[in-house]
Amino acid sequence: MSSGKRVSGGEHFMVGDHACAEGALAAGLEFFGGYPITPSTEITEHLSRRMPELGASFVQMEDELGSLAAVLGASAAGARSMTATSGPGFSLMMENIGLAAMMEIPCVIVDVMRGSPSTGLPTAVGQSDVMQARWGSHGDYSIVAYCPNSAQECFDLMVKAFNTADEYRIPTLVLMDEVIGHMTERVMIPEAAKIAFSGRKRPVRPPQEAAFLPFKADGDGVPPMAHAGEGYKVHFTGLTHDEKGYPALNAEAHRALVTRLVDKVRLNAAAIVEYEGLHLDDAEVVVVAYGCTSRSARQAVLTAREKGARVGLLRPITLWPFPEDKLRRLLRKGVVKRFVVAEINMGQISREVERLTQIPVLRVNHPGGAMILPEDILEAALS
Amino acid sequence: MRTEIQIAGFGGQGIVLTGLLLGKAAALYDGKQAVFTQSYGPEARGGASCANIVISDAPIDFPLVTRPDVLVCMFQEAYAKFRPGLKKGGMLILDSGLVRPSPMDASAPSIFATRLAEELGKKIVANVVMFGYLVGLTRAVSFAAAEKAIASTVKAKTVTLNLKAFASGLDQVRSKAAR
Repeated sequence: MSSGKRVSGGEHFMVGDHACAEGALAAGLEFFGGYPITPSTEITEHLSRRMPELGASFVQMEDELGSLAAVLGASAAGARSMTATSGPGFSLMMENIGLAAMMEIPCVIVDVMRGSPSTGLPTAVGQSDVMQARWGSHGDYSIVAYCPNSAQECFDLMVKAFNTADEYRIPTLVLMDEVIGHMTERVMIPEAAKIAFSGRKRPVRPPQEAAFLPFKADGDGVPPMAHAGEGYKVHFTGLTHDEKGYPALNAEAHRALVTRLVDKVRLNAAAIVEYEGLHLDDAEVVVVAYGCTSRSARQAVLTAREKGARVGLLRPITLWPFPEDKLRRLLRKGVVKRFVVAEINMGQISREVERLTQIPVLRVNHPGGAMILPEDILEAALS
Repeated sequence: MRTEIQIAGFGGQGIVLTGLLLGKAAALYDGKQAVFTQSYGPEARGGASCANIVISDAPIDFPLVTRPDVLVCMFQEAYAKFRPGLKKGGMLILDSGLVRPSPMDASAPSIFATRLAEELGKKIVANVVMFGYLVGLTRAVSFAAAEKAIASTVKAKTVTLNLKAFASGLDQVRSKAAR
């Protein structure tokens, strides 16, 4: 599919990876730096065709370290920038995710999850990067991670991811999985005018007028961003820095900076968090599932309801921040007796749920290579 | 109602395109829900190739084909590999020139798709002949939707040929019904 237009408005029968790429283009993607890796390759491939015809820059880098480094450079110059990868490449990006968080350079990183660890199962599904996505780079920082469960959401959440990255000046992750990346479904792409856009907060005063403090945050914890080449004096470093951006290697500066980096997302969680709930009002058993597994879970919940069992579904759309307020509210009602957490890993998001509750949390796990079947979730929900 | 259709053959036969056409016809032109997936990875290279389509009136949750209601086989190896997975009482459709079925499948609907394609001048459209036969037999999608899917998917200069191939497959169903 090649419309020659930035926003390919209309109805398409489109594979998830391409929907992701089209979402990025619709959001205004101007720079892609990446290295192809299954099962994300179709994103890279599609953008390599589409971006040149739009006058946008596509660069196949030498590896994933270079990929994210190039993305950060392009973004610092003002371009909406992204990369796409899978497990092994995602691991190589960890260092620069921390750098992006520290230098507050917005970027979007797509990780299409496959069977892991290491090279694992290149062509088969996994969901075992979700904790790495949150904690993979050393130190305390915050990110947002979206998790689509359909080709349509691959498109929609890419648009959101760019807006969120810009709004909070953070690396924003889109955690797809092999099944979602490789399945073809109907995708409705709106007209260009209907694509939501919220860009970066920018300096108000021109560079000549007054000294600009590139890391002085406003009340929301986010500093306005000057772009390279505009004339503002900006110093970027991975070292702990003061509001000028200069290294400040002491505990007070570190406290101020790291607290703010963490709080940007923590204190704005209510505005960022997204989830989908199904039959939660009277649910005694709440199934928590995300990505492709949430589709099995939805089928399991609907079957359970047909059998008269009070089972509901909580699907985090943002895995990070985790929809913990929603979970707490559910608990406060006192109706929920049990959680079932289904995921294609050996138990990762189940830890988040366990952390928030004293009631039993049943895990339905598969180490990767195949989807969890609705029957398996149903059995756990009814047990 | 949820219908699972599996189309299996040899890499290069256009199996994946056939699956895409079916799913697209359902999802974009018949107003139904459809999910299309394909065999992927080393197992898909130089051997059996497979397209999986789920079509439903309701939203499709579990996206994969597990127990197909309809299985199309366009190669002997594919028949051997996928035949055991066909749902009991499901419909098996064969390319007579390429699959020699076991005696229990002797009465399965079959068509000389590759030969019919050759008669149209291009062996390469055998998959679309089979698409016509499949749609005629199962009515999984409407004829109009199938034709629209073809016209909006294949290269412009091959649309006429592909529509002819589709009609040729469809005719086989009609002529058998008339017999």
